[in-house]
Amino acid sequence: MSGFRHHRRSGASVATFTAFEADLLRSLAGQLIELLRNESATAAVQGDPLERLLDFSGPTTEPEDPVLARLFPTAYPDDQEAAEDFRRFTESGLRDGKAGAAAAIIDALEEAGLTSEPEDGTFIDVELDEEAAMTWMRSFTDMRLAIATRLEVEEGDEDYWHSLPDDDPRAQVHDIYDWLGYLQETLVHVLD
Amino acid sequence: MVGVSTSPVQLDEPEVDDVAQLASPWVTIVWNDPVNLMSYVTFVFQKYFGYGKKKAEKLMLEVHEDGRSVVSTGTREAMERDVQAMHEYGLWATMQKADQR
Repeated sequence: MSGFRHHRRSGASVATFTAFEADLLRSLAGQLIELLRNESATAAVQGDPLERLLDFSGPTTEPEDPVLARLFPTAYPDDQEAAEDFRRFTESGLRDGKAGAAAAIIDALEEAGLTSEPEDGTFIDVELDEEAAMTWMRSFTDMRLAIATRLEVEEGDEDYWHSLPDDDPRAQVHDIYDWLGYLQETLVHVLD
Repeated sequence: MVGVSTSPVQLDEPEVDDVAQLASPWVTIVWNDPVNLMSYVTFVFQKYFGYGKKKAEKLMLEVHEDGRSVVSTGTREAMERDVQAMHEYGLWATMQKADQR
């Protein structure tokens, strides 16, 4: 396992993934996109049915899925009306941005040679300019937030995760979470 | 018929509301979460707000140790932009009036 490093000549952030790692990253990005499109991001206006039909703007209530609720937090905790307005005007765009970032990761991996059924022993080299690196970095955050919310990760609970037997699926997912953190850390280091 | 006046443009006196708004600005608050890396949070504060490394690290540590930190102050519109940007970066941000609580 290796993370991102700075390519001296081109200034790019470069990384080499095993076929397994690249495939895993593609699958995580795909799941994030699916989640972002899963629960409808359209308005749930109460009351007048005509108004409801004619309201094509964004959602106003916090998403029910805890992952989505974490990705799109309530901006005004003490002012419901302002919070609804903020959500209406920002959530759809934020969802598109996050889905687009995840899609950019998939595209880059496939352009770098990741096939639909990658063979063991092949490697995928990615080279990211600054803008692409920022996009990957943000998307790593979204993936980590999604996994952590599902696992119910808490502050300072590393010992608990390391105490789980290796064949515990939650331990395996937590390893992926740690790996994404490592990738992000190395990417921040390159960009900083 | 529409005419173009050549007399000097009359500027409106500032309204009391504007003055009140200047007196009580809004703030963007970033809250601690168990997920985001300290290096990443510091980087976001530098990149988005243009803060120096020292200030960005101080704010990050406030978030980490106190559970929250005021990361920017300004008009309501500016703070809505900042909160939206923080959500784009995956940070947990909210906004409120500076003098609230």
